[in-house]
Amino acid sequence: MSRDTALVSADWAEQNLDTPGIVFVEVDEDTTAYDGGHIPGAIKIDWKKDLQDPVRRDFVNQEQFGALLSERGIKNDDVVVLYGGNNNWFAAYAYWYFKLYGHGDVKLLDGGRKKWELDARPYTKDVPVREKTSYTASAPDLSIRAFRDEVVQAIGVKNLVDVRSPDEFAGRLLAPAHLPQEQSQRGGHIPTAISVPWSKAANEDGTFKSDEELAKIYGEAGLDGSKDTIAYCRIGERSSHTWFVLKELLGQQNVKNYDGSWTEYGSLIGVPIALGDEPGKA
Amino acid sequence: MTSPSNTAAGCAAPDQSAPLPAGVDLTRETVITGIVSTASGEAVAGAYVRLLDGSGEFTAEVVTSPEGAFRFFAAPGSWTLRALSRGGNGEVIVDATVGVNEVGLSVAPA
Repeated sequence: MSRDTALVSADWAEQNLDTPGIVFVEVDEDTTAYDGGHIPGAIKIDWKKDLQDPVRRDFVNQEQFGALLSERGIKNDDVVVLYGGNNNWFAAYAYWYFKLYGHGDVKLLDGGRKKWELDARPYTKDVPVREKTSYTASAPDLSIRAFRDEVVQAIGVKNLVDVRSPDEFAGRLLAPAHLPQEQSQRGGHIPTAISVPWSKAANEDGTFKSDEELAKIYGEAGLDGSKDTIAYCRIGERSSHTWFVLKELLGQQNVKNYDGSWTEYGSLIGVPIALGDEPGKA
Repeated sequence: MTSPSNTAAGCAAPDQSAPLPAGVDLTRETVITGIVSTASGEAVAGAYVRLLDGSGEFTAEVVTSPEGAFRFFAAPGSWTLRALSRGGNGEVIVDATVGVNEVGLSVAPA
């Protein structure tokens, strides 16, 4: 993958709002954003209601994902353009799902809602009606998803990239600062993880930095290009943003997103935790 | 709770800021909240407000309510609030303490 295939600009999007075979999908944590105004023709996916299993702590499985896209009227050969609020965190998370379940052509709208709004581009409250389809999801591609045992084994071996804010990395905050801080898990980070906040990869308007800037940021932070990489955050959405940068924009091989992230790791009994601003020892 | 230097002109009255969710323990949480407004005092809805830590690193971002309100749950210490909007940008430094910290943040064209 590369920037040319994985990312589209707001200009491109605005020119292709009515192009057949292209489906715009807004993915948000707070879906009232969509209800208050969205890109014309876009449908919505609710990060929590639509993409998480309602009972088990896991996201939707292959059948559930296929059923969701069928119900929303997305075909296997549609070009899906994802965007959202929160600097595209949840759109990047959904992008990772689309890849995991083998969707052919999926793209992220650079800058998401923020860039669109700062540019004063059009929104509508009209909700499109799409005919149901028969979408077939592929078996999950687990080469891009990390689970907890693999993460523990990766300490001191693979690149671990903690993409939360420096204060969450150090253990001074337990959640992003737009959320209440009372949490059950312990604070800190996975030993040997480097701290590269997701925001380093984005400009203030939510667009991604250039490939040259991105390569420099991760190189200077100590990411070893010869090793496999696992990215994590608190619940796996910000790390999807960094996974997208490393895998889809920079084209690195063997990059996984650990979606269990800190809410799982920080609750495990007996695993090592490092406190403070340094990566710590294995 | 907020030191006078943080209280920009037109700083919102408490009842105008975002209501706190039930169950938030103000003896433990450091809440930074306020209104984004223009130089003429008009509230700015839909502005993007980001919270930057003492080193200038991004910590969180919210979109202001129809009344221009924003709110963060941070920790005691020095923070920078930066607002982006179609009508311009602005920033203010706040020294936050535990409890509610009210901050006014005005934006102006560059």
